[in-house]
Amino acid sequence: MSTTTTSRPTTTEQDYHWTLNFGPQHPATHTTLRLLLTLDGERVVDAIPDIGYLHSGFEKIGEHLDYNQYVTVTDRMNYISPMANNVAWHHAVENLLDIELTKRCQYIRVIISELARVSDHLLSTGAMGLDVGAFTFFLYAFYQRERIYDIFEALCGARFTNSYTRVGGVMHDMTPQVIEKIREFLRTFPSTLDDMERLLNRNRIFVDRTKGVGVLTKEEAISRSCSGPIARASGVARDLRKDEPYLSYEDFDFQVCCTTAGDCFARYFIRIEEIRESLKIIEQAIENLPSGPVNVGPDERAALPTKQQVYQTIEGTITHFELMMSNRGIEVPCEETYGAVEAPNGELGFYIVGDGSNVAYRARCRPPSYFHFAAFPHLIRGHTLSDVVAVLGSLNIIAAELDR
Amino acid sequence: MSTTADAINAVKARFDVKVDEYRGEHRVVVPRDSLTAVMTLLRDVCAYDLLLDVTCVDYLNYRGATDRFGLVYLLANSTTAARLNIRVMLNEPELTVDSVVGLWEGANWMEREVWDMFGINFAGHPDLRRILMPDEFTAHPLRKDYPLQGRGERHNFPSITRDQA
Repeated sequence: MSTTTTSRPTTTEQDYHWTLNFGPQHPATHTTLRLLLTLDGERVVDAIPDIGYLHSGFEKIGEHLDYNQYVTVTDRMNYISPMANNVAWHHAVENLLDIELTKRCQYIRVIISELARVSDHLLSTGAMGLDVGAFTFFLYAFYQRERIYDIFEALCGARFTNSYTRVGGVMHDMTPQVIEKIREFLRTFPSTLDDMERLLNRNRIFVDRTKGVGVLTKEEAISRSCSGPIARASGVARDLRKDEPYLSYEDFDFQVCCTTAGDCFARYFIRIEEIRESLKIIEQAIENLPSGPVNVGPDERAALPTKQQVYQTIEGTITHFELMMSNRGIEVPCEETYGAVEAPNGELGFYIVGDGSNVAYRARCRPPSYFHFAAFPHLIRGHTLSDVVAVLGSLNIIAAELDR
Repeated sequence: MSTTADAINAVKARFDVKVDEYRGEHRVVVPRDSLTAVMTLLRDVCAYDLLLDVTCVDYLNYRGATDRFGLVYLLANSTTAARLNIRVMLNEPELTVDSVVGLWEGANWMEREVWDMFGINFAGHPDLRRILMPDEFTAHPLRKDYPLQGRGERHNFPSITRDQA
């Protein structure tokens, strides 16, 4: 959140370069972020990103809320795909606590994180379309996003800030109604997706404004720590779902989408293809959803037992009291681990330090947008002012995740 | 050289490091002065070409801790997805460590955030400014001796009235 530059331009340069303040409130930034652009006519000579407007100390709060409470804060990081953040946080916590989830819970988490990916990609491609003038595409995308919100609402009661996962399980099991809603979505959404692709893929205006704009090479993507669709659009075939299959991604048949162009169009294209792959995963998961309990058993002493277990078994009663009493709770080792998942935007990881208590000693979040925005000045240099919104849209910068 | 064990052996052979493992995560504690050399070796010889994160932990009240700050460098191989955690322990008053921006461009903002939140100084960083907190801020808020609710921030900032703006 500081604006002083290290190298001041000389007087002669200053005479015709002028500075444009882009943001912090601007419709095309979508969130609160600021760019100081140095312009030569319409060409962008330099861009200085200025972040911190939404800094709310999430990592400091993480040192004061327990492992189940903090999930509400992760909702507010990347608020366009909160389910993916919930899964990421509890994946890291369970990695620290060494908890093996039940198969049903793993499948449910796969389904919700893939639905979150679809909804995130719909928003980012939709907003990118809106920024470069494709309004219809945006409306198509947002209608489908609403349907995913309806699924989440039926699943956990909240549309936007879901807080659905818990240590060792989820809030409550999937009902047949939710499964039917997801099946309905899977039946009807692909034809809309075809329509959406037909709207943009060969659209002259869209292609002219995105092809060859903001090119990120493979070497630069690696050197600048990019991950997710941004890196895959530049040819880095890295996807945690394949590389280190967490949950039960090894059970599903899907492809890692990858191109080598590295421009804005490639990033849009990768996202649309990833939506198709996500739909394949959801379909396989929903048709093979294992039966059985959704939360880990009372012996693990992590998830709250069901009421039936509490009233009818002694283990259930003990676990319930142990978890509920204020000076007891989950047993946490004095250790530190890094757990990461493939979130819609890239690798979303949490570095958690446990100190034996119910509260993390340190809860570092690795937000993917942070690194993508750091690469932004490099991508925009030499392009025109109108390309700023195309590049910003293709990177899918979420300021709440940037600033935390 | 591709596996994590090979990389750890290569580092062990040349530097005085401590290695341990927890749940499949390999951690290498590197002396402060040899950080750049170790990182160069890991990037160029052992193919750990992706720097995922630079962060810091303040062990002020941590049970059994002997050092105040522990820097964390999360490395990965972009093709084999092997991971390695590099740690550097720091104690006051010597809170300076060499910057790795020369090796990875992406380290720029990560190191700025660690400077902002913990006050660790990165020698050789091209642009070490605060990133999340405002320039006028004087404290480093993620240190353990900084309270959750802050102290005196409001009257530290200049107040601007409507006719000044």
